[in-house]
Amino acid sequence: MTSIADPIAGTPLGEAKASHAKTDAAAVSAPAITLPVTGERELRLDLFRGMALWLIFVDHLPTNILTWFTIRNYGFSDATEIFIFISGYTAAFVYGRAMLEAGFVVATARIMRRVWQIYVAHVFLFTIFLAEISYVATRFENPLYSEEMGIMDFLKQPDVTIIQALLLRFRPVNMDVLPLYIVLMLFLPLILWLMKWRADVALGLSVLLYALTWHFDWYLTAYPSGFWIFNPFCWQLLFVFGAWCALGGAARLSRLLESRITLWICAAYLVFAFFVTLTWHLPQLSFLMPKRLEQWMYPITKTDLDVLRFAHFLALAALTVRFLPRDWSGLKSRWLRPLILCGQHSLEIFCLGVFLAFAGHFVLAELSGGALLHALVSVLGILIMWGVAWVISWYKHSADKGASRAKAGVGNADMAGGSV
Amino acid sequence: MRPLFGAALGLTLLAGLAGGGPVRAQDGPPCEVPAYLLTTDSTLSRVADAIRNARPLNVLVVGSRSSTIASSEASAYPAKLQEALKERLPSIPVNLSVEIQGGKTAEDTAGGLVKLVEAKNPTLVIWQTGTVDAMRSVDPDDFRGAVDEAVVALQKSGTDVVMVNLQYSPRTETMISARPYLDNMRVVAQQHDVPLFDRFAIMRHWNEAGDFDLFSNVHGTDMAKKVHACLGRALAKFVLDAARLAPAQQN
Repeated sequence: MTSIADPIAGTPLGEAKASHAKTDAAAVSAPAITLPVTGERELRLDLFRGMALWLIFVDHLPTNILTWFTIRNYGFSDATEIFIFISGYTAAFVYGRAMLEAGFVVATARIMRRVWQIYVAHVFLFTIFLAEISYVATRFENPLYSEEMGIMDFLKQPDVTIIQALLLRFRPVNMDVLPLYIVLMLFLPLILWLMKWRADVALGLSVLLYALTWHFDWYLTAYPSGFWIFNPFCWQLLFVFGAWCALGGAARLSRLLESRITLWICAAYLVFAFFVTLTWHLPQLSFLMPKRLEQWMYPITKTDLDVLRFAHFLALAALTVRFLPRDWSGLKSRWLRPLILCGQHSLEIFCLGVFLAFAGHFVLAELSGGALLHALVSVLGILIMWGVAWVISWYKHSADKGASRAKAGVGNADMAGGSV
Repeated sequence: MRPLFGAALGLTLLAGLAGGGPVRAQDGPPCEVPAYLLTTDSTLSRVADAIRNARPLNVLVVGSRSSTIASSEASAYPAKLQEALKERLPSIPVNLSVEIQGGKTAEDTAGGLVKLVEAKNPTLVIWQTGTVDAMRSVDPDDFRGAVDEAVVALQKSGTDVVMVNLQYSPRTETMISARPYLDNMRVVAQQHDVPLFDRFAIMRHWNEAGDFDLFSNVHGTDMAKKVHACLGRALAKFVLDAARLAPAQQN
């Protein structure tokens, strides 16, 4: 089951197999938290994480036709919320089990290995970014943007910049998610330990930290100035909430989720958010917005995970869970397979998406094409993401497969492999 | 992307549909600006007073380096603004001075603004800001605080204010995060009833409509000059519209 959160996390196959075998025993002996007994992979998580990865990629490209399919145009929250929530959910699911079975130290050790992998991925992306920026800095010339090109000045002092990048304090635009993820994962042992003791207390502390951060305006500084674009003190709320749901919270919420009142509140809120968002895209409509409401509501900050954004994500999630049951047959259809496949290899595909966004910018800049080329680059990027996800699962299930490991024994968790 | 118009917008839109439509430059490149990007709720009462009473119109433009073109300042948008204002207001003198403060954040600039105003005594201050803050990723809350304070100080010192936001710069989109600064300028403009000239949205519109390919690699200042000429004309229209003059008084 390790593969849910860490598709290619490098967890040795033997280990994965071992934890898989112990699944049922662990679920029975769980103290304060309960893990789903089922060995069935939760394909909805993969589906929506895959979708989040596609959307993050499209959002990182210059605006084009496909941008209109991304959810940030229809409400307050966007793909980042989905990604962080599902990451919290799957991480808690996998490492929570490890903590119950193998204890705090072993679970922590595994989590730290995962943190290291994410860190290396981040540094790799930074290298690619440096390459792109250096190229643009030396080749691009347009006197209209002489001021903006000053952003390249950091290249003049690589001694400072690169060290700050390694310390996660210097992050180029669009490279903020992985550092957030690293910090959240660093605290995962503590979160899981608290959850094992009292899951609700852990969630309560998370809410408290969120509230205190808003009250005292806590943040992490960045280099050369400024702050972390995704404030970990705020975004931890989504991550911890995901973990809480994975460790039995979702089951306890099921009555609330089934209530009609919840349904109507969520639907009403989503419609409200939709109309508010509409006024951003069609400024002609903004006279419909009461000024007082605007003054109360704006700005809706992404950095500190505005309550309106969080609520929007909750409403979306509640409706999704309600109308898309976990045994929905469509989840196994071949049309959704590319999304699920991408979601199952989230770290690689996320990094690939960031790289493709850089590359896409670059191509668009060099070819100076029109709307058609923009859309083409987006579609091509998604196809590449799908292809690479397929190759990764092929490696996992065919190329890397040891002779000792029978294909039949892998079970549903690996069902995505090789058959697309 | 959150322009805040009130009921006036409805009327303006109707008027726009019925009559003039978008502005089109007489000569030079085609760079139409949709009417909604040039509409504002806020009014420039001191500019209106000056024009009505045929007093000189003194404009002070404060900005960073994107308010000028290296080695051809006379083609930059402030100079083009002055030209367009003179054309539209032939009966009164239009004086314009430009203070370029390269590499200064909103906070750096804010300190000196009131002194500048005392020295130059303008009717209208056009303040272009945000770019340097975005490049240094200054905390958006600090940025908003600085802009807010500066706008209040300007209003107290008895001048009209127009804010100009960042340029749309697709090539540096992966490196400069403009959104928080655009949003915060919008918020301040709305809170203090200051017209905001949405340079970002206008330039993006031109890029999307195909008037300019802002992505492209251009050597020489030709394109910069054209873009600035269009910006200057649009800004002149924006200022005069915000002054809410009866049509007769504009001649």
